[in-house]
Amino acid sequence: MFISQLGFYSLIIGLIFSIIFLPVAYRDLFVNNNLISSNVFSILFFKLFFVLVSFICLIISFVNSDFSNETVYNNSHTTKPLFYKISGTWGNHEGSLLLCLLILVFFIFIFLITSRKEQKKYRIITLLFQEIIIIGFFLFLLITSNPFNHLFPSPKEGLGLNPILQDPILAIHPPILYLGYIGSSIILSSSIAAIIQNQVNNQWAKNLKIWVIISWIFLTIGIVLGSIWAYYELGWGGFWFWDPVENISLMPWLCLTALVHSVIVLEKRSLFATWTLVLSISSFTFSMCGTFLVRSGILNSVHTFANDPSRGIFILFFLFFLIFISLIVFFFFYKEKKIKQKNFLFSKETSILINNWFMMYFLSVVLIGTVYPIFLEVITNEKISVGAPFYSKLFIPFLIPFLFLMSIGPKMAWIRQNVKLFNIKIILLFLLSIFLSYLILFKTEQRTLFVSVLVIFSIYLFFTTIRDFFIKNQINFSQKISHFGFSLLILSIIMNGIFSREVITNIEVGEKHEFNNGTIYFKNINTFKKKNYTSIVGIFKIKENDNEEIYLEPELRIFNQPLIVTSEADIKTNFIADKFLVMNLVKGNDYYNIKYQTKPFMIWIWLSAILMCVGALINFFKRK
Amino acid sequence: MKNKALPISIIIFLVFCFVIFLKGLNNTNNYIPDETLGKKISSFTAINFFNEKETKSDELFAGKNFYLLNIWASWCLPCRNEHKILMKLSQNNSIKIIGLNYKDNLDNAKEFINDLGNPYFEILRDENGTISIDLGAYGVPETFVIDNNKIILKKFVGPLNNQSLEEIKKLIK
Repeated sequence: MFISQLGFYSLIIGLIFSIIFLPVAYRDLFVNNNLISSNVFSILFFKLFFVLVSFICLIISFVNSDFSNETVYNNSHTTKPLFYKISGTWGNHEGSLLLCLLILVFFIFIFLITSRKEQKKYRIITLLFQEIIIIGFFLFLLITSNPFNHLFPSPKEGLGLNPILQDPILAIHPPILYLGYIGSSIILSSSIAAIIQNQVNNQWAKNLKIWVIISWIFLTIGIVLGSIWAYYELGWGGFWFWDPVENISLMPWLCLTALVHSVIVLEKRSLFATWTLVLSISSFTFSMCGTFLVRSGILNSVHTFANDPSRGIFILFFLFFLIFISLIVFFFFYKEKKIKQKNFLFSKETSILINNWFMMYFLSVVLIGTVYPIFLEVITNEKISVGAPFYSKLFIPFLIPFLFLMSIGPKMAWIRQNVKLFNIKIILLFLLSIFLSYLILFKTEQRTLFVSVLVIFSIYLFFTTIRDFFIKNQINFSQKISHFGFSLLILSIIMNGIFSREVITNIEVGEKHEFNNGTIYFKNINTFKKKNYTSIVGIFKIKENDNEEIYLEPELRIFNQPLIVTSEADIKTNFIADKFLVMNLVKGNDYYNIKYQTKPFMIWIWLSAILMCVGALINFFKRK
Repeated sequence: MKNKALPISIIIFLVFCFVIFLKGLNNTNNYIPDETLGKKISSFTAINFFNEKETKSDELFAGKNFYLLNIWASWCLPCRNEHKILMKLSQNNSIKIIGLNYKDNLDNAKEFINDLGNPYFEILRDENGTISIDLGAYGVPETFVIDNNKIILKKFVGPLNNQSLEEIKKLIK
């Protein structure tokens, strides 16, 4: 009760600091020295402090199960384990927004202390613009989604956290994703400052690159965690479902991936300045757009938070307000510098440009697939859902040239590359890839031209990225690792897609089910009483032709608060394939519906994505 | 600015998006993709709230009425809020409201009914919550609209409000 009040008032004090910041920083803009006034520093520090206090108060309310707080009441329950009480703090709309705000004020503070070497005006304009975004979040939080709403009389018990959210991975997935999203706000603000100060140059690009890479790393890890969670928890046996909310995280990711590349060109060659700015502005726009689509409830998906149109309207206005300011600054202040430089077709610049085109193509496919249903529903009242076939059809044909160009592009030199296309080693490598893909595809039914070519090129890219480690060329070490990670990712996804097998059947205890190359025995069923759920564990023995027997124990959890049944798949992972078994209740009889899947190379999908991040991280450890 | 066409077309496009999103927000509905809709409600047997006799759902829903199956509990705060809606609806003769008291303390539940009034034609007890699981309920409160053939016409997850009241009235006309 008192803690909640404390949290609420800290939040208000934080907002007051934010508002005071604007005139203070603005006045400091015209003081002629290169030192930012200590007031600016103190205000940002106190704001960080108060928002942190507020966030800690919310955590304490959750830990103490203080149900006089509406957020706690709606999302917690006394029987919940402590860990999930804490993670429940950001497992809901209000708490997660407070976390976003905390990250925002944290990042602005970090920006202030790490940008000492840069020009004062540029720093202050960045801070000012960032502060506008923060005030927007403050108002949104306080007006539409106050996490400290008071309930009277206070209920004795809470409604509980959705059990599918009670998962250790999901406890860290949102914060990491937000770090990525919010990191892109700094990119936007500093782009705006650079435009106003007319210093869109290679020095700026060098500083921006750090933020771009940080955001990219967090966003990548966040997406991977989400996808791991979906794989283990949702029990559908896939890792990517083209769910609107997944797509929404993919859009800023594609944008940032393009930006990571284009910003390097700006740094090294002072080219693509305009393009880099467009990407910087779009990255944050897509992040905010994601917030809008998820929080307004305009989309329906696993992630839908409470539907409240008033929240949607607020974010919508705020989002377009930011877009318009950015556009105005971009069109009125930006003076494109004409740089006379010779450009050659075969150069690193061109290959990065081509990379960016592909990213934009993938981005627009995802954008259309996600937003088009909303447009269609508003205009014609027709409901459609866009799923995997749409994306496969549009992605796969373009993935082939993309993979091929990626095997050549990174090796190009800046400015001009003398091309020796027919290197004997490369041809041998290519022939080897064709031979290998023939071996791989020989026994499968998937022998269409598209699939074969895709496999050939992904294997070829895989070999080239490995070969790059052993020869001296234009590529630096972190890039080698990231690109190798990417090629491994694509290869694992393709292999996974081609070789996944599944068996679905209804089965009773004691029965066995035979399929093409094996047998499933349903041995036994056990029931356990756990703290906040009842667990039903099925014991299955699976014998596939030439392999050893394996035992899998999928579980059903019947949660009491709120009442939801979730199924926990049992997965045996090794380096070649995952064996995945999930069971579900069939209403009204003793049968269980089971789904047994063999998913090759699953672990490599996660590992390769992590490898990409490791590659990006290495950037920070090789300062010259 | 030499070329004004670009900014203007971008702005027109953005305004278009803005309007679409704004209209899309009003379309928002608590649509729940659920396979129970349009199907027969599953049969169950439960203890009667007042006389503690066993009651079969098939007999209960046998009449030529529309039925509203409302899952509630005295500890559930939103249930308290939706109770007035149920009271209003109970005056309508073409629908019978059946309560399913979910995981509740009998005394507290009786007190709840005494305090706020009884809109229910019949109340059944779901002491351990299994009936609600079979019905495919998500939580409390939850309300099913059932027609005279025991087909589930509509399901409301969460408390009823005036809007859902109107929807129910339309359904049972």
